[in-house]
Amino acid sequence: MSASPAAEPLIAVRGLAKSFNGKQVLRGVDLEVMTGETLVVLGGSGEGKTVLLRHMNGLLRPDRGSVWFSGQKLNDLDENALGEVRKQVAMVFQLGALFDSLSVFDNVSYPLREHTKLSEAQIRDRVRELMRAVDLGDGRVESLYPAELSGGMRKRVALARALALRPRAVLYDEPTTGLDPLVTDRIVGMIRSLQKQFGYTSVVVTHDLKSGFAVGDRFALLDQGRIRFAGSADEVRASSDELIREFLRTAL
Amino acid sequence: MPASINGMFEEVGEVAFLARDVSRNLVRRPFEARLLVEQLDSIGVRSLNVVNLTAVFSGMVLALQMGQFLGKFGAKIYVSRIMGLSLLREMGPVLTALMIGARVGAGITAELGSMTVTEQIDAMRALASNPIKKLVVPRVLACTLMMPVLTVIADAVGLFGGLIIAVAELGLTARYFYTSLLQNMVLSDLLSGLGKAVFFGYVISIIACHKGLTATGGADGVGRATTSAVVAAAISVLVSDFFLTKLFLST
Repeated sequence: MSASPAAEPLIAVRGLAKSFNGKQVLRGVDLEVMTGETLVVLGGSGEGKTVLLRHMNGLLRPDRGSVWFSGQKLNDLDENALGEVRKQVAMVFQLGALFDSLSVFDNVSYPLREHTKLSEAQIRDRVRELMRAVDLGDGRVESLYPAELSGGMRKRVALARALALRPRAVLYDEPTTGLDPLVTDRIVGMIRSLQKQFGYTSVVVTHDLKSGFAVGDRFALLDQGRIRFAGSADEVRASSDELIREFLRTAL
Repeated sequence: MPASINGMFEEVGEVAFLARDVSRNLVRRPFEARLLVEQLDSIGVRSLNVVNLTAVFSGMVLALQMGQFLGKFGAKIYVSRIMGLSLLREMGPVLTALMIGARVGAGITAELGSMTVTEQIDAMRALASNPIKKLVVPRVLACTLMMPVLTVIADAVGLFGGLIIAVAELGLTARYFYTSLLQNMVLSDLLSGLGKAVFFGYVISIIACHKGLTATGGADGVGRATTSAVVAAAISVLVSDFFLTKLFLST
Protein backbone atom coordinates (compact mmCIF):
# COMPACT_ATOMS: atom_id res chain seq x y z
CA MET A 1 0.00 0.00 0.00
CA SER A 2 2.75 2.37 0.97
CA ALA A 3 4.73 1.53 -2.15
CA SER A 4 2.14 2.88 -4.58
CA PRO A 5 1.66 6.56 -3.91
CA ALA A 6 -1.05 8.18 -5.97
CA ALA A 7 -0.18 11.13 -8.20
CA GLU A 8 -2.23 13.57 -6.13
CA PRO A 9 -0.49 14.68 -2.91
CA LEU A 10 -2.63 14.29 0.22
CA ILE A 11 -0.76 17.09 1.98
CA ALA A 12 1.01 19.87 0.13
CA VAL A 13 3.06 22.70 1.58
CA ARG A 14 3.91 25.56 -0.76
CA GLY A 15 6.34 28.39 -0.03
CA LEU A 16 5.64 28.16 3.67
CA ALA A 17 7.30 30.83 5.80
CA LYS A 18 6.89 31.34 9.53
CA SER A 19 8.67 33.41 12.11
CA PHE A 20 8.30 33.73 15.86
CA ASN A 21 9.17 36.95 17.70
CA GLY A 22 11.17 38.18 14.72
CA LYS A 23 13.10 34.91 14.35
CA GLN A 24 12.59 33.40 10.91
CA VAL A 25 12.10 29.64 11.37
CA LEU A 26 10.73 28.54 7.99
CA ARG A 27 11.80 30.48 4.89
CA GLY A 28 9.81 28.96 2.07
CA VAL A 29 9.21 25.24 2.50
CA ASP A 30 7.86 23.26 -0.44
CA LEU A 31 6.86 19.72 0.34
CA GLU A 32 4.36 17.14 -0.89
CA VAL A 33 3.15 14.09 0.95
CA MET A 34 1.66 11.44 -1.32
CA THR A 35 -1.32 9.35 -0.31
CA GLY A 36 -0.28 6.21 1.52
CA GLU A 37 3.40 7.00 1.90
CA THR A 38 5.44 7.59 5.01
CA LEU A 39 7.48 10.76 4.66
CA VAL A 40 10.26 11.35 7.15
CA VAL A 41 11.29 14.96 7.71
CA LEU A 42 14.84 15.08 9.04
CA GLY A 43 16.64 18.02 10.53
CA GLY A 44 18.66 19.16 13.49
CA SER A 45 17.14 20.50 16.69
CA GLY A 46 15.59 23.91 16.31
CA GLU A 47 15.37 23.68 12.53
CA GLY A 48 11.60 24.04 12.64
CA LYS A 49 10.53 20.45 11.97
CA THR A 50 7.82 20.62 14.58
CA VAL A 51 6.74 24.03 13.30
CA LEU A 52 6.38 22.55 9.82
CA LEU A 53 4.39 19.61 11.17
CA ARG A 54 2.05 21.89 13.11
CA HIS A 55 1.07 23.65 9.92
CA MET A 56 -0.15 20.40 8.40
CA ASN A 57 -3.17 20.20 10.71
CA GLY A 58 -3.60 23.94 11.09
CA LEU A 59 -2.31 24.24 14.66
CA LEU A 60 -0.14 27.05 13.28
CA ARG A 61 -1.02 29.47 10.52
CA PRO A 62 1.50 30.41 7.81
CA ASP A 63 2.97 33.91 7.62
CA ARG A 64 3.41 33.32 3.90
CA GLY A 65 2.72 30.40 1.60
CA SER A 66 -0.04 27.82 1.85
CA VAL A 67 -0.84 24.40 3.23
CA TRP A 68 -3.24 22.02 1.49
CA PHE A 69 -4.93 18.88 2.65
CA SER A 70 -6.75 16.77 0.11
CA GLY A 71 -7.14 19.75 -2.22
CA GLN A 72 -8.41 22.04 0.54
CA LYS A 73 -6.43 25.14 1.47
CA LEU A 74 -6.03 25.27 5.24
CA ASN A 75 -5.11 28.97 5.31
CA ASP A 76 -8.70 29.96 4.61
CA LEU A 77 -10.34 27.80 7.25
CA ASP A 78 -11.45 28.99 10.67
CA GLU A 79 -10.90 26.93 13.82
CA ASN A 80 -14.21 25.09 13.40
CA ALA A 81 -13.63 24.16 9.79
CA LEU A 82 -10.11 23.05 10.71
CA GLY A 83 -11.76 20.67 13.16
CA GLU A 84 -13.13 18.70 10.23
CA VAL A 85 -9.61 18.47 8.77
CA ARG A 86 -8.13 17.46 12.13
CA LYS A 87 -10.51 14.53 12.40
CA GLN A 88 -8.71 13.21 9.31
CA VAL A 89 -5.18 14.35 10.17
CA ALA A 90 -4.23 13.02 13.57
CA MET A 91 -1.16 14.13 15.49
CA VAL A 92 1.03 12.22 17.93
CA PHE A 93 2.81 14.70 20.19
CA GLN A 94 6.40 14.38 21.31
CA LEU A 95 5.60 13.60 24.93
CA GLY A 96 2.18 12.16 24.22
CA ALA A 97 0.22 15.16 25.50
CA LEU A 98 -2.26 12.85 27.19
CA PHE A 99 -4.88 14.58 29.32
CA ASP A 100 -3.57 14.35 32.90
CA SER A 101 -6.99 14.51 34.45
CA LEU A 102 -8.37 11.58 32.45
CA SER A 103 -7.58 7.87 32.72
CA VAL A 104 -6.00 6.02 29.80
CA PHE A 105 -9.43 4.70 28.82
CA ASP A 106 -10.96 8.18 28.86
CA ASN A 107 -8.02 9.56 26.91
CA VAL A 108 -8.39 7.02 24.13
CA SER A 109 -12.17 7.28 24.07
CA TYR A 110 -12.09 11.10 24.15
CA PRO A 111 -12.24 11.62 20.37
CA LEU A 112 -14.94 8.93 20.09
CA ARG A 113 -17.14 10.64 22.66
CA GLU A 114 -16.51 14.03 21.10
CA HIS A 115 -17.14 13.18 17.49
CA THR A 116 -19.12 9.95 17.20
CA LYS A 117 -22.46 8.74 18.42
CA LEU A 118 -21.18 5.31 19.46
CA SER A 119 -22.83 3.60 22.41
CA GLU A 120 -20.86 2.90 25.60
CA ALA A 121 -20.43 -0.73 24.56
CA GLN A 122 -19.21 0.23 21.12
CA ILE A 123 -16.77 2.73 22.63
CA ARG A 124 -15.44 0.02 24.95
CA ASP A 125 -14.93 -2.34 22.02
CA ARG A 126 -13.24 0.31 19.93
CA VAL A 127 -10.90 1.32 22.76
CA ARG A 128 -10.03 -2.33 23.37
CA GLU A 129 -9.27 -2.73 19.68
CA LEU A 130 -7.07 0.39 19.63
CA MET A 131 -5.22 -0.69 22.75
CA ARG A 132 -4.57 -4.08 21.17
CA ALA A 133 -3.17 -2.31 18.11
CA VAL A 134 -0.52 -0.65 20.28
CA ASP A 135 0.19 -3.83 22.28
CA LEU A 136 -1.59 -2.66 25.42
CA GLY A 137 -4.61 -4.87 24.93
CA ASP A 138 -4.44 -6.80 28.18
CA GLY A 139 -6.70 -4.25 29.88
CA ARG A 140 -4.26 -3.52 32.69
CA VAL A 141 -3.45 0.09 31.85
CA GLU A 142 -6.91 1.37 30.92
CA SER A 143 -7.76 2.51 34.42
CA LEU A 144 -4.33 4.09 35.05
CA TYR A 145 -3.62 7.81 34.75
CA PRO A 146 -0.94 9.23 32.41
CA ALA A 147 1.34 10.10 35.35
CA GLU A 148 1.51 6.37 36.19
CA LEU A 149 2.79 5.34 32.75
CA SER A 150 6.33 5.06 31.40
CA GLY A 151 7.41 7.30 28.53
CA GLY A 152 7.07 4.52 25.96
CA MET A 153 3.61 3.54 27.20
CA ARG A 154 2.50 7.16 27.08
CA LYS A 155 3.50 7.35 23.44
CA ARG A 156 1.63 4.16 22.65
CA VAL A 157 -1.50 5.41 24.36
CA ALA A 158 -1.13 8.70 22.47
CA LEU A 159 -0.87 6.71 19.26
CA ALA A 160 -4.02 4.77 20.12
CA ARG A 161 -5.84 8.03 20.82
CA ALA A 162 -4.64 9.51 17.53
CA LEU A 163 -5.95 6.50 15.58
CA ALA A 164 -9.35 6.48 17.27
CA LEU A 165 -11.18 8.30 14.48
CA ARG A 166 -9.48 6.27 11.72
CA PRO A 167 -7.57 9.23 10.29
CA ARG A 168 -6.35 9.43 6.71
CA ALA A 169 -3.02 10.85 7.83
CA VAL A 170 -0.99 10.73 11.04
CA LEU A 171 1.63 13.34 11.97
CA TYR A 172 4.33 12.14 14.35
CA ASP A 173 6.37 14.69 16.29
CA GLU A 174 9.71 13.11 17.31
CA PRO A 175 8.18 9.71 18.06
CA THR A 176 11.38 8.18 19.44
CA THR A 177 12.96 11.09 21.30
CA GLY A 178 13.73 10.36 24.92
CA LEU A 179 13.19 6.61 24.68
CA ASP A 180 15.75 3.90 25.33
CA PRO A 181 16.92 1.88 22.28
CA LEU A 182 14.69 -1.12 22.98
CA VAL A 183 11.54 0.95 23.35
CA THR A 184 12.60 2.99 20.31
CA ASP A 185 12.75 -0.18 18.21
CA ARG A 186 9.37 -1.20 19.46
CA ILE A 187 7.74 2.15 18.68
CA VAL A 188 9.36 2.21 15.25
CA GLY A 189 8.07 -1.29 14.51
CA MET A 190 4.65 -0.24 15.69
CA ILE A 191 4.54 2.87 13.50
CA ARG A 192 5.50 0.71 10.52
CA SER A 193 3.06 -2.11 11.16
CA LEU A 194 0.10 0.14 12.01
CA GLN A 195 0.71 2.12 8.86
CA LYS A 196 0.70 -1.13 6.84
CA GLN A 197 -2.37 -2.40 8.66
CA PHE A 198 -4.50 0.73 8.28
CA GLY A 199 -2.92 2.24 5.15
CA TYR A 200 -2.91 5.83 6.32
CA THR A 201 -0.40 8.44 5.18
CA SER A 202 2.28 9.36 7.69
CA VAL A 203 4.61 12.26 8.25
CA VAL A 204 7.33 11.64 10.81
CA VAL A 205 9.64 14.40 11.96
CA THR A 206 12.79 13.21 13.69
CA HIS A 207 16.46 13.97 14.09
CA ASP A 208 17.13 10.24 14.39
CA LEU A 209 17.96 8.99 10.90
CA LYS A 210 18.21 5.38 12.06
CA SER A 211 14.56 5.30 13.18
CA GLY A 212 13.72 7.38 10.14
CA PHE A 213 15.15 4.75 7.81
CA ALA A 214 13.19 2.06 9.59
CA VAL A 215 9.81 3.72 9.01
CA GLY A 216 10.15 5.95 5.96
CA ASP A 217 9.43 5.54 2.27
CA ARG A 218 10.73 8.97 1.41
CA PHE A 219 12.90 11.49 3.18
CA ALA A 220 13.17 15.25 3.27
CA LEU A 221 15.90 17.21 4.97
CA LEU A 222 14.96 20.53 6.52
CA ASP A 223 17.84 22.94 6.81
CA GLN A 224 17.85 26.69 7.50
CA GLY A 225 14.14 26.98 6.90
CA ARG A 226 14.03 25.21 3.55
CA ILE A 227 13.85 21.66 2.23
CA ARG A 228 17.43 20.95 1.27
CA PHE A 229 16.90 17.49 -0.11
CA ALA A 230 14.02 15.09 -0.76
CA GLY A 231 14.24 11.54 -2.01
CA SER A 232 14.06 7.80 -1.36
CA ALA A 233 16.27 5.86 1.06
CA ASP A 234 18.58 4.88 -1.78
CA GLU A 235 18.84 8.47 -2.91
CA VAL A 236 19.70 9.48 0.64
CA ARG A 237 22.46 6.86 0.78
CA ALA A 238 23.79 7.88 -2.61
CA SER A 239 23.67 11.59 -1.93
CA SER A 240 26.85 13.57 -1.91
CA ASP A 241 25.27 16.38 0.08
CA GLU A 242 27.51 17.22 3.01
CA LEU A 243 24.76 17.52 5.59
CA ILE A 244 23.16 14.25 4.48
CA ARG A 245 26.55 12.49 4.75
CA GLU A 246 26.79 13.84 8.27
CA PHE A 247 23.33 12.53 9.17
CA LEU A 248 24.25 9.17 7.64
CA ARG A 249 27.36 8.93 9.78
CA THR A 250 25.31 9.37 12.95
CA ALA A 251 22.87 6.71 11.84
CA LEU A 252 25.47 3.99 11.35
CA MET B 1 6.66 54.07 23.98
CA PRO B 2 8.52 51.86 26.49
CA ALA B 3 8.36 48.15 25.73
CA SER B 4 6.60 47.34 29.02
CA ILE B 5 3.72 49.71 28.29
CA ASN B 6 3.49 48.36 24.77
CA GLY B 7 3.41 44.84 26.18
CA MET B 8 0.65 45.81 28.58
CA PHE B 9 -1.54 47.16 25.79
CA GLU B 10 -0.82 44.07 23.75
CA GLU B 11 -1.90 41.89 26.61
CA VAL B 12 -5.11 43.85 27.16
CA GLY B 13 -5.80 43.34 23.45
CA GLU B 14 -5.22 39.60 23.74
CA VAL B 15 -7.58 39.40 26.71
CA ALA B 16 -10.18 41.25 24.63
CA PHE B 17 -9.78 38.72 21.82
CA LEU B 18 -10.21 35.88 24.29
CA ALA B 19 -13.34 37.60 25.64
CA ARG B 20 -14.69 37.77 22.09
CA ASP B 21 -13.97 34.07 21.52
CA VAL B 22 -15.67 33.23 24.79
CA SER B 23 -18.80 35.16 23.80
CA ARG B 24 -18.91 33.42 20.44
CA ASN B 25 -18.55 29.99 21.97
CA LEU B 26 -21.06 30.77 24.68
CA VAL B 27 -23.91 30.69 22.19
CA ARG B 28 -22.56 27.85 20.08
CA ARG B 29 -24.14 24.46 20.56
CA PRO B 30 -23.87 21.97 22.18
CA PHE B 31 -24.06 23.56 25.61
CA GLU B 32 -21.63 21.80 27.95
CA ALA B 33 -23.84 21.60 31.04
CA ARG B 34 -21.80 18.92 32.80
CA LEU B 35 -18.56 20.92 32.55
CA LEU B 36 -20.36 24.01 33.85
CA VAL B 37 -21.73 22.17 36.88
CA GLU B 38 -18.24 20.85 37.69
CA GLN B 39 -16.88 24.39 37.62
CA LEU B 40 -19.79 25.84 39.61
CA ASP B 41 -18.88 23.34 42.28
CA SER B 42 -15.13 23.86 42.22
CA ILE B 43 -15.27 27.65 41.85
CA GLY B 44 -18.37 28.41 43.89
CA VAL B 45 -19.13 25.78 46.48
CA ARG B 46 -15.52 25.05 47.36
CA SER B 47 -14.77 28.75 47.87
CA LEU B 48 -17.43 29.12 50.55
CA ASN B 49 -15.14 28.46 53.51
CA VAL B 50 -12.48 30.96 52.61
CA VAL B 51 -15.04 33.60 51.63
CA ASN B 52 -17.03 33.12 54.82
CA LEU B 53 -13.99 33.24 57.03
CA THR B 54 -12.81 36.46 55.41
CA ALA B 55 -16.28 37.98 55.64
CA VAL B 56 -16.98 37.19 59.27
CA PHE B 57 -13.69 38.63 60.49
CA SER B 58 -13.94 41.69 58.26
CA GLY B 59 -17.44 42.32 59.62
CA MET B 60 -16.21 41.96 63.17
CA VAL B 61 -13.26 44.30 62.65
CA LEU B 62 -15.47 46.85 60.95
CA ALA B 63 -17.92 46.80 63.85
CA LEU B 64 -15.10 47.15 66.39
CA GLN B 65 -13.51 50.10 64.63
CA MET B 66 -16.80 51.84 63.93
CA GLY B 67 -18.05 51.23 67.44
CA GLN B 68 -14.86 52.69 68.91
CA PHE B 69 -14.93 55.71 66.65
CA LEU B 70 -18.66 56.44 66.75
CA GLY B 71 -18.70 55.86 70.50
CA LYS B 72 -16.69 59.07 70.93
CA PHE B 73 -19.63 61.01 69.56
CA GLY B 74 -22.24 58.88 71.22
CA ALA B 75 -23.22 57.61 67.81
CA LYS B 76 -22.78 53.85 68.33
CA ILE B 77 -26.32 53.30 67.16
CA TYR B 78 -25.22 54.09 63.62
CA VAL B 79 -22.88 51.12 63.51
CA SER B 80 -25.27 48.83 61.68
CA ARG B 81 -26.20 51.25 58.94
CA ILE B 82 -22.58 52.21 58.25
CA MET B 83 -21.67 48.54 58.23
CA GLY B 84 -24.51 47.72 55.87
CA LEU B 85 -23.45 50.41 53.47
CA SER B 86 -19.76 49.56 53.43
CA LEU B 87 -20.27 45.80 53.32
CA LEU B 88 -22.95 45.67 50.66
CA ARG B 89 -21.47 48.32 48.42
CA GLU B 90 -17.73 47.79 48.86
CA MET B 91 -16.24 45.24 51.17
CA GLY B 92 -18.51 42.35 50.29
CA PRO B 93 -17.80 42.35 46.55
CA VAL B 94 -14.18 43.53 46.76
CA LEU B 95 -13.01 41.16 49.50
CA THR B 96 -14.83 38.27 47.87
CA ALA B 97 -13.24 39.15 44.54
CA LEU B 98 -9.76 39.32 46.07
CA MET B 99 -10.22 35.93 47.71
CA ILE B 100 -11.65 34.41 44.51
CA GLY B 101 -8.87 36.03 42.50
CA ALA B 102 -6.32 34.37 44.76
CA ARG B 103 -7.97 30.99 45.13
CA VAL B 104 -9.81 30.47 41.86
CA GLY B 105 -7.71 32.70 39.61
CA ALA B 106 -4.50 31.01 40.67
CA GLY B 107 -6.11 27.60 40.30
CA ILE B 108 -7.39 28.27 36.79
CA THR B 109 -4.05 29.67 35.61
CA ALA B 110 -2.04 26.83 37.11
CA GLU B 111 -4.35 24.21 35.62
CA LEU B 112 -4.62 25.68 32.13
CA GLY B 113 -0.96 26.72 32.24
CA SER B 114 0.30 23.23 32.90
CA MET B 115 -2.01 21.92 30.18
CA THR B 116 -0.54 24.50 27.81
CA VAL B 117 3.12 23.78 28.49
CA THR B 118 2.60 20.01 28.21
CA GLU B 119 0.84 20.48 24.84
CA GLN B 120 -2.49 19.21 26.16
CA ILE B 121 -4.25 22.31 24.85
CA ASP B 122 -2.71 21.71 21.42
CA ALA B 123 -3.69 18.05 21.70
CA MET B 124 -7.29 19.11 22.29
CA ARG B 125 -7.20 21.26 19.18
CA ALA B 126 -5.51 18.46 17.23
CA LEU B 127 -8.37 16.17 18.29
CA ALA B 128 -10.80 18.66 16.74
CA SER B 129 -12.02 19.72 20.16
CA ASN B 130 -12.30 23.38 21.11
CA PRO B 131 -10.39 24.35 24.29
CA ILE B 132 -12.21 27.68 24.53
CA LYS B 133 -15.54 25.91 24.62
CA LYS B 134 -14.40 22.99 26.75
CA LEU B 135 -12.17 24.77 29.25
CA VAL B 136 -12.54 28.54 29.15
CA VAL B 137 -16.30 29.02 28.73
CA PRO B 138 -17.30 26.85 31.72
CA ARG B 139 -14.74 28.57 33.96
CA VAL B 140 -15.69 32.10 32.93
CA LEU B 141 -19.38 31.35 33.15
CA ALA B 142 -19.10 29.64 36.54
CA CYS B 143 -16.96 32.40 38.01
CA THR B 144 -19.25 35.14 36.69
CA LEU B 145 -22.34 33.37 38.04
CA MET B 146 -20.84 32.42 41.38
CA MET B 147 -19.29 35.76 42.32
CA PRO B 148 -22.64 37.48 43.07
CA VAL B 149 -23.86 34.40 44.94
CA LEU B 150 -20.73 34.30 47.07
CA THR B 151 -20.97 38.06 47.57
CA VAL B 152 -24.51 37.84 48.95
CA ILE B 153 -23.36 35.14 51.33
CA ALA B 154 -20.29 37.21 52.29
CA ASP B 155 -22.54 40.24 52.93
CA ALA B 156 -24.78 38.20 55.19
CA VAL B 157 -21.92 36.54 57.04
CA GLY B 158 -20.08 39.86 57.40
CA LEU B 159 -23.16 41.53 58.87
CA PHE B 160 -23.54 38.58 61.20
CA GLY B 161 -19.96 39.13 62.37
CA GLY B 162 -20.79 42.79 62.96
CA LEU B 163 -23.91 41.82 64.86
CA ILE B 164 -21.92 39.63 67.22
CA ILE B 165 -19.55 42.48 68.04
CA ALA B 166 -22.38 45.00 68.30
CA VAL B 167 -24.11 42.85 70.87
CA ALA B 168 -21.07 41.54 72.75
CA GLU B 169 -18.87 44.63 72.76
CA LEU B 170 -20.95 47.70 71.95
CA GLY B 171 -24.00 46.92 74.03
CA LEU B 172 -26.53 47.17 71.21
CA THR B 173 -29.41 44.72 70.97
CA ALA B 174 -29.65 42.36 68.04
CA ARG B 175 -33.13 43.62 67.32
CA TYR B 176 -32.00 47.22 67.16
CA PHE B 177 -29.03 46.26 64.96
CA TYR B 178 -31.11 44.74 62.25
CA THR B 179 -34.12 47.06 62.33
CA SER B 180 -31.80 50.00 61.95
CA LEU B 181 -30.01 48.14 59.20
CA LEU B 182 -33.19 47.28 57.30
CA GLN B 183 -34.60 50.78 57.67
CA ASN B 184 -31.59 52.37 56.06
CA MET B 185 -30.58 49.94 53.40
CA VAL B 186 -32.14 50.27 49.98
CA LEU B 187 -32.17 47.70 47.23
CA SER B 188 -29.70 49.68 45.14
CA ASP B 189 -27.06 49.24 47.85
CA LEU B 190 -27.25 45.50 47.38
CA LEU B 191 -27.58 45.66 43.61
CA SER B 192 -24.61 47.94 43.08
CA GLY B 193 -22.49 45.47 45.06
CA LEU B 194 -23.80 42.56 43.03
CA GLY B 195 -23.21 44.40 39.77
CA LYS B 196 -19.60 44.79 40.80
CA ALA B 197 -19.41 41.14 41.77
CA VAL B 198 -20.58 39.99 38.33
CA PHE B 199 -18.00 42.20 36.65
CA PHE B 200 -15.20 41.10 38.99
CA GLY B 201 -16.02 37.43 38.45
CA TYR B 202 -15.85 37.86 34.70
CA VAL B 203 -12.60 39.84 34.77
CA ILE B 204 -10.84 37.51 37.22
CA SER B 205 -11.69 34.39 35.24
CA ILE B 206 -10.92 35.78 31.81
CA ILE B 207 -7.52 37.09 32.99
CA ALA B 208 -6.74 33.77 34.68
CA CYS B 209 -7.68 31.79 31.56
CA HIS B 210 -5.63 34.09 29.36
CA LYS B 211 -2.56 33.79 31.58
CA GLY B 212 -2.91 30.02 31.62
CA LEU B 213 -3.34 29.64 27.87
CA THR B 214 -0.31 31.84 27.16
CA ALA B 215 2.04 30.25 29.70
CA THR B 216 5.39 29.18 28.24
CA GLY B 217 8.50 27.46 29.49
CA GLY B 218 7.62 24.52 31.71
CA ALA B 219 6.90 24.50 35.44
CA ASP B 220 8.76 27.75 35.93
CA GLY B 221 6.57 29.44 33.34
CA VAL B 222 3.40 28.13 34.96
CA GLY B 223 4.57 29.57 38.27
CA ARG B 224 5.22 32.97 36.73
CA ALA B 225 1.88 32.93 34.91
CA THR B 226 0.05 32.08 38.14
CA THR B 227 1.72 34.87 40.09
CA SER B 228 1.01 37.42 37.41
CA ALA B 229 -2.61 36.23 37.09
CA VAL B 230 -3.24 36.83 40.79
CA VAL B 231 -1.56 40.25 40.70
CA ALA B 232 -3.38 41.28 37.52
CA ALA B 233 -6.71 40.08 38.92
CA ALA B 234 -6.24 41.99 42.19
CA ILE B 235 -5.20 45.19 40.43
CA SER B 236 -8.05 44.94 37.93
CA VAL B 237 -10.54 44.43 40.75
CA LEU B 238 -9.31 47.40 42.79
CA VAL B 239 -8.98 49.76 39.84
CA SER B 240 -12.28 48.84 38.23
CA ASP B 241 -13.97 49.09 41.63
CA PHE B 242 -13.25 52.80 41.65
CA PHE B 243 -14.77 53.35 38.24
CA LEU B 244 -17.75 51.10 38.93
CA THR B 245 -18.41 52.97 42.16
CA LYS B 246 -18.29 56.24 40.28
CA LEU B 247 -20.67 54.82 37.70
CA PHE B 248 -23.14 53.40 40.22
CA LEU B 249 -23.12 56.54 42.37
CA SER B 250 -23.83 58.77 39.40
CA THR B 251 -26.78 56.73 38.17
